[in-house]
Amino acid sequence: MNPLKTFPKGGVHPEENKLSADQPIQDFPLPKQIIVPLGQCLGAPADPIVQKGDHVLTGQMIGTAKGFVSANVHSPATGTVAKVDVVMDHTGYYKPAVFINVDEEEQWVDGVIQTDELLTEIKLDSNEIINKIKECGIVGMGGATFPTHVKLMIPEGKKAEYIIINAAECEPYLTCDNRLLLEKTKEFLMGVKILMKAVNTDKGVIGIERNKMSAIELLDKTIAENRDLFAGIQVQPLKTKYPQGGEKQIIKAITGREVPSGKLPIETGCVVVNVASTYAIYEAVQKNKPLVERIVTVTGKSVKHPGNYRVRFGTPANLLIDAAGGLPDDTANIINGGPMMGKSVSVTDFPVIKGTSGILLMNVKDAQPRKVGNCIRCGRCAIACPMGLQPFLINKLAKLDMFDETEKNHIMDCIECGSCEFTCPANIPLLDYIRYGKAKTGAIIRARNQK
Amino acid sequence: MNNILLISLIVLGVLGGILAIILYFVAQKFKVEENPLIDEVEACLAGANCGGCGYAGCRNFAEACVKAASEKQSLAGLNCPSSDMQKVADVLKLTVEAAEPMIAVVRCNGSCENSPAKVHYEGADICAFANTLYAGEGGCSKGCLGLGDCVKKCPFDALHINKETGLPEVDEEKCVGCGACAKACPRGIIEVRPRGKNNRRVYVCCSNTDKGAIVMKSCSVGCIGCQKCFKTCPFEAIEMRGNLAYIDPAKCKSCRKCEEVCPRGTIHAVNFPPRKPKAEQPVGEPVQQPVVEQPVKEKVTIENKENA
Repeated sequence: MNPLKTFPKGGVHPEENKLSADQPIQDFPLPKQIIVPLGQCLGAPADPIVQKGDHVLTGQMIGTAKGFVSANVHSPATGTVAKVDVVMDHTGYYKPAVFINVDEEEQWVDGVIQTDELLTEIKLDSNEIINKIKECGIVGMGGATFPTHVKLMIPEGKKAEYIIINAAECEPYLTCDNRLLLEKTKEFLMGVKILMKAVNTDKGVIGIERNKMSAIELLDKTIAENRDLFAGIQVQPLKTKYPQGGEKQIIKAITGREVPSGKLPIETGCVVVNVASTYAIYEAVQKNKPLVERIVTVTGKSVKHPGNYRVRFGTPANLLIDAAGGLPDDTANIINGGPMMGKSVSVTDFPVIKGTSGILLMNVKDAQPRKVGNCIRCGRCAIACPMGLQPFLINKLAKLDMFDETEKNHIMDCIECGSCEFTCPANIPLLDYIRYGKAKTGAIIRARNQK
Repeated sequence: MNNILLISLIVLGVLGGILAIILYFVAQKFKVEENPLIDEVEACLAGANCGGCGYAGCRNFAEACVKAASEKQSLAGLNCPSSDMQKVADVLKLTVEAAEPMIAVVRCNGSCENSPAKVHYEGADICAFANTLYAGEGGCSKGCLGLGDCVKKCPFDALHINKETGLPEVDEEKCVGCGACAKACPRGIIEVRPRGKNNRRVYVCCSNTDKGAIVMKSCSVGCIGCQKCFKTCPFEAIEMRGNLAYIDPAKCKSCRKCEEVCPRGTIHAVNFPPRKPKAEQPVGEPVQQPVVEQPVKEKVTIENKENA
């Protein structure tokens, strides 16, 4: 095992609470009706290509990508399109979606290989792989949902030296990536191989936090046993520290290189891909299977049976909560994602989409709002900030609408990890104001660049 | 000891004198010639820098007035909503037509009662931020978030959040219609409308353009786009913007027929005397209603509907 690595600046260590780490992945049954939102990725929502009354097969494309940063959407079930309408997403806003009444018998589209057999021969070349990934609508499944094919298209003059697989899973509570690594180890490693071929590199590094020892050992063992097949893939244990899984942090931890301010990770010769996306890439390239399902962790301290479920997109989240033992009485807050980066939801029946890594039910004790005090300039937020910013200052400037100053203080470099807010002894909602400032400053910068 | 004091006094005094002379000449040399009229015009203005005129501040607007007066001999297109333009015109020895007085109107009635909270928001008290996070406590994605961005931006202290309804209320006496609140609202709920004849005006108190079924889920007084008012209006003053009725103040004759037919009580008519015999109304209600959202007014609407 390689020595531990970590990013140098800041970071916090919240309680891990990986309650569902030992729960094997269960297949979640399809409900009678699924609601598939068309905007499942960062960027433009897809255009629907089906109409009311159409019969769709599982894996059939129902929405095409619109624009460069956008991803295709496929039907997660076999059934009849009930309507193309709007549905309330987790924020309470209405977004376009396709409603599908699910048939009893499932039928996949032609060309999808459904055996569990491990296919080790990569037949496609680099461009074909990227096209396949694009066609199958694969996005970053860590939560940001950035279309993966855009990431893999290396701009001219740049070279990807490393493929870094982000298996840190630094968010407390979430265990979906960990379970995938343990249960689909070989398939996942094949995914890494495919990615390495896609960007023409022979170095693949899996960055993984040390609190997942079983996964580290299993990966090491599997690579050692199949030395020829998985040549060039290396497992890099990382210190358990939040936000180890931040794109810039994991690059710094593994390669020691720093992504310049305002630039993309490719500047450092690295492409970072999430575990779930890597597995989806294996399924897409080797088995021709579009992205229609993902692993979702349903967890919380008061939840009766925290677990990991393989869920088709469009399944309402409340069914998952019911499967995990129902909504506990002392639930104060339901979060889509992890406790640090996730967002509180307004409704419980929002559909699961490509970026839903977890559904977290926080109990009253943990989610209780704490009394907000005044900033005493202790500087803890500045110490905790993994980007080396001064959150106390940016917070104040954003509050006063001084957006030229926030820009000078590099608000756009904020990765919104929430370490500052976590560490603040006065419980000031620092991240809220910084997010507000970031949105406003970003709009001003974009307007200026357009002139 | 005395010597040091004396020497310092003399040296500093002489130095000060020399520098003062230099500064005087420099000031003479680089003097900026400004039209004294600008100062005079600025003195007539409210000095709130509200931005209602479209300029960066009162000084900026005063400069624009003086420039327009010298170049075009007219103040057309220039209007300060918060001060008397007649005074400005007098200073510049011009005539000016009195602009129609305007007022800010909050087009949302999703109070705690009409649009009950389904979730509870804890976080930064900025509407612009909450707007990016979620639809709102009541679930209406176009409704008032009640965190008071408009209140913070009002330079005339004319807007306040009513704690009972959770909605901002416009103080009719203080509001000048500068539009600072309308710019601040991330959902475009506040509209600057003409005050209307005798301060009486009719408007649609909702901003939700969604389909009726969606509006009904979140609010009991939201516009559902039934078009009854649109069909009733004898002056074609109502247009449908998506699923939302909009009353054009230029065409509206304040007949209040739309208010009668609205099945949801969304159309508000303010400052009208109570309707005569139709409904049992508390007698002696003052004609001038200082507050925009009056629960009594709503009762009028509902009872009228029943009688109609």
